[in-house]
Amino acid sequence: MSKPLEHIRNFAIIAHIDHGKSTLADRLIQTCGGLEEREMTQQVLDNTDIERERGITIKAQTVRLEYTAKDGITYQLNLMDTPGHVDFSYEVSRSLASCEGSLLVVDSTQGVEAQTLANVYMAMENDHEIMPVINKIDLPSADINAARTEIEDVIGLDASDAVPCSGKTGAGIPDLLEAIVTRLPPPHGGDHDAPTKALLVDSWYDIYLGVVVLVRVIDGTLRKNQKIKFMSNGATRTVDRVGMFTPKHVLLDELGPGEMGFITASIKDISETNVGDTITDEKNPCSEKLKGFKPSIPMVFCSFYPADAGDFEKLRESLGKVRLNDASLHYETESSQALGLGFRCGFLGLLHMEIIQERLDREFDLDLIPTAPSVVYKINMTNGEQITLYNPVDMPEVQKIESIEEPWIKATILVPDEFLGGLLQLCQDRRGVQIELTYVGGRAMLVYRLPLNEVVFDFYDRLKSISKGYASFDYELDGYGENNLVKLEIRVNEEPVDALAMIVHRESAEARGRGMCERLKDLIPRQMFKIAIQAAIGGKIIARENVSAMRKDVTAKCYGGDITRKKKLLEKQKKGKAKMRQYGNVEIPQSAFIAALKMGDD
Amino acid sequence: MSHPQGQIGIYIHWPFCLAKCPYCDFNSHIREGVDDQAWQEGYIKTLDHYAAQMPGRTVRSVFFGGGTPSLMKPSVVESILERIQKNWRIANDIEITLEANPTSVEADKFVAFRAAGVNRVSLGVQSLNDDDLKFLGREHNAAEALKAIDIARENFERYSFDLIYARPDQTLAQWEAELRSALPHINGHMSLYQLTIERRTPFYMAHARGEFAIPKDDLAADFYTLTQEIMSAEGLPAYEVSNHVAPNQESAHNMIYWRYGDYIGAGPGAHGRLTINGQKHATREHSAPEIWLEKAGANGQAAHEYEPLSADERFMEALMMGLRLAEGVSKAALEREGECMLEDKTDRAKLDELKAQGWLTETDTHIKLEVEGLLRLNAIVPHILK
Repeated sequence: MSKPLEHIRNFAIIAHIDHGKSTLADRLIQTCGGLEEREMTQQVLDNTDIERERGITIKAQTVRLEYTAKDGITYQLNLMDTPGHVDFSYEVSRSLASCEGSLLVVDSTQGVEAQTLANVYMAMENDHEIMPVINKIDLPSADINAARTEIEDVIGLDASDAVPCSGKTGAGIPDLLEAIVTRLPPPHGGDHDAPTKALLVDSWYDIYLGVVVLVRVIDGTLRKNQKIKFMSNGATRTVDRVGMFTPKHVLLDELGPGEMGFITASIKDISETNVGDTITDEKNPCSEKLKGFKPSIPMVFCSFYPADAGDFEKLRESLGKVRLNDASLHYETESSQALGLGFRCGFLGLLHMEIIQERLDREFDLDLIPTAPSVVYKINMTNGEQITLYNPVDMPEVQKIESIEEPWIKATILVPDEFLGGLLQLCQDRRGVQIELTYVGGRAMLVYRLPLNEVVFDFYDRLKSISKGYASFDYELDGYGENNLVKLEIRVNEEPVDALAMIVHRESAEARGRGMCERLKDLIPRQMFKIAIQAAIGGKIIARENVSAMRKDVTAKCYGGDITRKKKLLEKQKKGKAKMRQYGNVEIPQSAFIAALKMGDD
Repeated sequence: MSHPQGQIGIYIHWPFCLAKCPYCDFNSHIREGVDDQAWQEGYIKTLDHYAAQMPGRTVRSVFFGGGTPSLMKPSVVESILERIQKNWRIANDIEITLEANPTSVEADKFVAFRAAGVNRVSLGVQSLNDDDLKFLGREHNAAEALKAIDIARENFERYSFDLIYARPDQTLAQWEAELRSALPHINGHMSLYQLTIERRTPFYMAHARGEFAIPKDDLAADFYTLTQEIMSAEGLPAYEVSNHVAPNQESAHNMIYWRYGDYIGAGPGAHGRLTINGQKHATREHSAPEIWLEKAGANGQAAHEYEPLSADERFMEALMMGLRLAEGVSKAALEREGECMLEDKTDRAKLDELKAQGWLTETDTHIKLEVEGLLRLNAIVPHILK
């Protein structure tokens, strides 16, 4: 029998990276007896190595806790660990949609950060009751009152009854658990006898179970052997397992209204299970889907090439394996003259891209060459057509283009006052439009509109370096806007290098082109013939450099005892030719292009 | 058995030196007290072994290299030459060269070497500047070197000497002056090497640590072209990348290497190219002197490597060696070694492009590199190979 709704609390934890979300969650689990002390590894909820190391959560996780409160009632607490980054903001919003309240965790030594803001606003949009929690009070530099003030000033939440605690030592945890049942609301609505209606919160691939689907039941029940339907794509499946996490897998007979848990249904491909989808009974479906469903749309693109051309098939296989668990990764084969065979990949955002790259490197031991990230442009053609451009190489001829639109973001940056000047300059340089500049304590809060194109490049690195690591940054997409954009082409001996093509604003084209030409000049070794490096827009050359011809490369002594050695060297050189790319009459080592791509813009 | 190139060369490697020069990566060792008798036996047994494998050939040249073969006892040299004479037919104009250090001690042995049968010496003079000789780790000074040249002139109808140029901090003008001061001492043949930093030498580490720098790129090319201009004007044009000669004074032995003929390599680490039953083989003898001596002394079989060469390998070797010569490489020889047409293994478009550039010329029989091509030889060979 399902738990009465009033004895259930579903809540999420919102926190900035490193503010101790996972440690706090671990402590709650342990206090409620979900795991013995010896079973606790640090941050039990973050499953992958990358999640643990980077302190970010990629997949949503739930844990069901049993808590007997001071009123003598045993409550079912469903703790939702949400993905913690803007790239996954849609996933975050669906996770939040499955809860009624949020714990806002603020580090008492750091205060509120930009990322916290975005998630708090998202929780507000989901009508959450938000309960501030001031964490890490065990640290000597903890300042509970300052954290309270920041929560009130920056977020505008009443923080007078914020709960001070320490996930690390366990101080304040009993108060926090009591506050969860007294101050957060139970699930509302919820009809046990109505047709099944459940929210698909997240899903992942498990080698033993197949695709595991995390759900929150709204109405009705989910039961073993029930035939269910995914409303976004009409797929039907038979439920073969129903269960919950404690965080261990525990099988149940059913999940009822207000409850969270998981189901499996012999699903092989994660792309069938769309986050935000509505799951219902096949024979007795609910009348309306849940609101807010969106298919995932990649926003940032880049290409991955194997550093060793022999690894292409391995890369294909590895991408396939990554996608087993990440339906938001898009990829297709691409062939580049400069870099050989690779894949054009689409990501939700920059962090998503980084995570995928790191997983390929780490889990599959692949040495990758990523091209410069780019965004998705909309090109309005003179004939009235609109083209979506995923790769600068595919840009149509200039004469046929009426205008180009690029995606914009709204960025929120929190920065200590002393670094404000540098950051304003950075935003200005990146074609930013200031929307807001306010002061909160010793920090400035900047809100800027920026072209995403300018941010994908190295904005985050620059921001961190200008602010010595103190600035925090978050963004949300903010529509498309027309701009004076051009395709900047890099040519070597008159031939375009596809991997180095980029779309840039007309005003910064010359500087970027000159920079790339100079960089290549240093990277391309002298060859037998002179090499011309040019940056061009359309047919117009805007920058040029030459690598002068090598004048001397001859072995001084070569007698009978040297032939074998020289021949071996020659055989090696011949093999190396496979890694050379022909441009006009010269062969350029692939490594030069790789190095050009690896260096940041300075 | 008939051989297309018939005549062979024999290289004898004497692996010992009194001191190691910091730029040298040759197989040389310092040993106290060498057992001359045992070594003589080793060489003789090795020569007998090779004679059994390739009988009936005519020896065009013998070359004693090292190491420092001028440290050999003249009697050992004599025994080796006697055995060669016994094992093979000898060309009337046989060239017998011995490499010598131009120290007074060694020059004093020239008479004895002449008596043993040596008819040409190659002197490692390296520089006519005392400071540079010290830097190069040589045991002699410039005055001694000139004295040794005089003794060579008195004893041998032919001699050659080496200079190393493009040294650290050397200017073009300094080199020109030094080279010009050497001109009166030349007797038809001279080797001029640009200093090369080889791996596994003391210079390699010192250079990597930045203790000195050698001219590179443009300046190195300027050194080379200046040298060509001076030597050509003196009637001593380069017949090979680093070797200059008056008419008909080429080193017959080295020409065998560059024309990709057959040669026996006897002695520690020595390489050979032997055509046996119509198949060309690459040989290399054991490098460690003690191991070589033990094997050679036992049965004359001291070859550590003995590999048949494929047509591809032979084509490549013949091409890279032949293009070093001013006469170029014979197309017929290439096609014979490669068992193919020239265009099967080289890129015709690239050859034509180099011709248009003026770096390569082609006749009915040969392809050859002009100075600008020779300067880029290491890049050109892989460039034109398919």
